[in-house]
Amino acid sequence: MTTTKQQLATALAETGYVADEGLATALVLTEMLKRPLLLEGEAGVGKTEVAKALAKLENTDLIRLQCYEGLDRSDAIYEWNYQRQLLAIKAHEGSGETANAIEEAVFSEKYLLERPLLAAIRQDKAPVLLIDEIDRADEEFEAFLLEILSDYQVSIPELGTVEARSIPRVVLTSNGTRELSDALRRRCLYHYVDYPAPDREARILLSRVEGLDAKLALQIAELMGNLRKEDLAKVPGVAETIDWASALIGLGGRNNLHDQRELVFETLACVLKTREDQARVTKDVTDRLLGKVA
Amino acid sequence: MAALVLETRDDIGAALRMRLAGFVRSLRDSGFKVGLAETNDALALLRSHLSSRPHELKGAFRALFCGRRSDWQAFDEIFDAYWFAKGLKGAIKSVGDSPKKGVKTIRELTDASVQTTDGPAGDVERTAGEEEDEDSEAETDAKREGASIADNLGQTDFRKIHDPEAMERAHQLAERLAHSMRVRLTRRDRQKRKGPRLDLRRTIRHSISHGGTPIELIRKGPRERQLRLVVLLDASGSMNNYTGVFTRFVHGILDNFREAEAFLFHTRLVHVSSALSERDAARALDRMGLMAQGVGGGTKIGEAIAEFNRWHAARVIHSRTCVMILSDGYDTGDPQQLGAEMAALRRRCKRIVWLNPLIGWQGYEPTAGGMSAALPHVDLFAPAHNLDSLAALEPYLAKL
Repeated sequence: MTTTKQQLATALAETGYVADEGLATALVLTEMLKRPLLLEGEAGVGKTEVAKALAKLENTDLIRLQCYEGLDRSDAIYEWNYQRQLLAIKAHEGSGETANAIEEAVFSEKYLLERPLLAAIRQDKAPVLLIDEIDRADEEFEAFLLEILSDYQVSIPELGTVEARSIPRVVLTSNGTRELSDALRRRCLYHYVDYPAPDREARILLSRVEGLDAKLALQIAELMGNLRKEDLAKVPGVAETIDWASALIGLGGRNNLHDQRELVFETLACVLKTREDQARVTKDVTDRLLGKVA
Repeated sequence: MAALVLETRDDIGAALRMRLAGFVRSLRDSGFKVGLAETNDALALLRSHLSSRPHELKGAFRALFCGRRSDWQAFDEIFDAYWFAKGLKGAIKSVGDSPKKGVKTIRELTDASVQTTDGPAGDVERTAGEEEDEDSEAETDAKREGASIADNLGQTDFRKIHDPEAMERAHQLAERLAHSMRVRLTRRDRQKRKGPRLDLRRTIRHSISHGGTPIELIRKGPRERQLRLVVLLDASGSMNNYTGVFTRFVHGILDNFREAEAFLFHTRLVHVSSALSERDAARALDRMGLMAQGVGGGTKIGEAIAEFNRWHAARVIHSRTCVMILSDGYDTGDPQQLGAEMAALRRRCKRIVWLNPLIGWQGYEPTAGGMSAALPHVDLFAPAHNLDSLAALEPYLAKL
């Protein structure tokens, strides 16, 4: 019943996500130990993609909660549908029902708006719950998230406790804009997503960009690997590499980077996103980087 | 603790269980936050098919036990050292280890300033010439907790306190000061609660007893975010006389502000928040001393701030952050770099406060190369040579 990490990695590759060994292990463990998985890493290394690929693999829904500063219960768990409640109260006014009966009616399932966390535990088939950029939410939110992640139940004062129908597979991502609490870190399995090694990045490119030659993919990946070692303000991620490869293909690039130094330099705008970085990576630097590529 | 769990399991060998308990203990010694639940899960892993291949087990344990990037990086070494006895000596660093000899630690610096009682004991009287500019603060002083004890001490330059008891009192006051700052700032926040928007959920809940007519309107508004303080403390040789007191002040701030981070710099930059979050001041200083070996040397402020901008700023600075730099501005680095990095820092945060103990000296002018390069980017340039000058910061911070 338990899948091995090789099986999982192969299955993930079929969905278009090229996982490294450590990540495959961590994903196998989330299934085995029923713990959430916390993914940390720089922006653009494909943290969110992990959850999407996992949902595709399990053939289940992906429920996503995007965190932001000020996120609270009513946006994350549930909210009452106030407009309908008000209408209902008015409609019941003439019917001679008691206040209690109206209250019963108004605070029922019918008027409840599910938000991602509640929705995730009420599915019949266990979904993948992606809690994106948890570091952007406040610490208070982290506290009640922890409660849900350990008990998988939500208590709604007016309705009672909602038990989970199925335990979702939870993936949390963080960019490290805020230090997360130790309690949350302990609760989760942890994987640090690093920039991929050239051969893995090349495989990612091949699975994502159409019409790309294997040799060119490897050249692009190597160049990116070297570029990331430069002193840049904003280090380009995998998403940028994919954009850049698409740009090269779209502009009719040939199959060898060395034949088209001009084009390489001109399209680098796909990967360098600040003024300082663009100024720093001059023609000479590009040539030097290209020189290191096989 | 781990041994307790282990007793209830019979299906794997006792020796292996003890080994695992030992492993968990060495992880904890290295600062990993590992609880009972993790140990239990690790046992489950040992019983599973993973255990047949040590390499896979390592990956699995790493995912289970690590909680942050530093853990992630240290894990392999600790794992190999423990299970394969490779490179044992360097790998396991115990948090409570005594610092290496020959390198000055913060703690020693603090103690040193206490112990060198060469000067006449009881030299704690006010020093003439330091008092005049302090008058404006007298009013706020009277209301402040502990101010009466502080009367004498508050206006004495830290350099001139030699008596160990007085030094200890100054340290305590610095810490208490940080505490009362925090209390005042929070109180102020709570009073501003007139929200611009209706809280429909509560309004409807209350309207039911009136038959559905919303008579009582309940309002809500964005919660006041607390100020976050980021402290960059200069621990170079020229600051020796002040480092002790400032460290206590920073410890107090970290303890009492909910959002605060502390860094220490001399020739390098060290993130010391985790050490200073230790409740006991002496232990905190010990841990910080370990993290910041080699304090008391030269200063490269520009490089330190560059490192801060590059590696830490994105994480610790948000729009309501005040960066507080405690330094005398004597810089052996390049003033131009300092200017550029200060400008970059200025763009990120709300305020930069530069506290310079030298301002308290008579006839001081900020003409040192580094200081004059940094000054255009500083919002508040204030003295920090005695307790009163630290206390005078509070109204400024409250306004942010």
